[in-house]
Amino acid sequence: MQFDVRLFALYRERAGSSIVTVNVPDDATVGDLSDAVRALHPRLAPPEVRIVVAVNAEYADDDQALSPGDEVCLIPPVSGGR
Amino acid sequence: MIILTDKPLDPVAVTDSVRKDGNGAVVTFLGTTRDNFGGKTVTRLEYEAYDVMAIKKMEEVRESLCADYCIEDIGIAHRTGRVDVGHISLVVAVASPHRIKAFEACHEAVNRIKTIVPIWKKEWFADGSRWVACEDHEFVDEAEHRHAHAERHAAAAGDD
Repeated sequence: MQFDVRLFALYRERAGSSIVTVNVPDDATVGDLSDAVRALHPRLAPPEVRIVVAVNAEYADDDQALSPGDEVCLIPPVSGGR
Repeated sequence: MIILTDKPLDPVAVTDSVRKDGNGAVVTFLGTTRDNFGGKTVTRLEYEAYDVMAIKKMEEVRESLCADYCIEDIGIAHRTGRVDVGHISLVVAVASPHRIKAFEACHEAVNRIKTIVPIWKKEWFADGSRWVACEDHEFVDEAEHRHAHAERHAAAAGDD
């Protein structure tokens, strides 16, 4: 399956692009797809940091299955503030 | 009322959207852009949103707060794009029959917005910028670079 993964904010800047296209096996999970993006762009985040993923505008677990046509986005930490 | 816009926010409109005669209290929170971070002058801010999901998550905050706090309605408006210092970036208005619930629900609404709504804030300084809340994404070599930079500044200041 091929996905055009959308990147925002910190990830967009680090990848130098708002879209990263990756190919993953048909049984790939969210975690597999995240790993595929990170393999292309190792400087998105330090290896020990988990990257949060949204599928179809909803937060997704790493073991969630993907379907063709899913909209996948990598979500950096949100704005915070105190 | 849920608004995501790159235009200036209107806190009166958001507040009016939740007012009803059955309510004795309306609490409106304004998040405004601050001119400093960690002793450095912030020159401007920039907000980036994943629009579709941000609106969906703001709707979720409204629904969950109305259920959890027995309040009538919540209005939320968030800016995107460039926002100069001293401007309003977030408006949250909560209406309730009584004030305690309105204060509590407004506080909690802001907390939930800042936890789950995919909107990112970038602070610009005279000599650079940073994405807020992304500290754990810093690479070790970047941290070393920043540390060395700070030490050079300290040494230069000592020469005066």
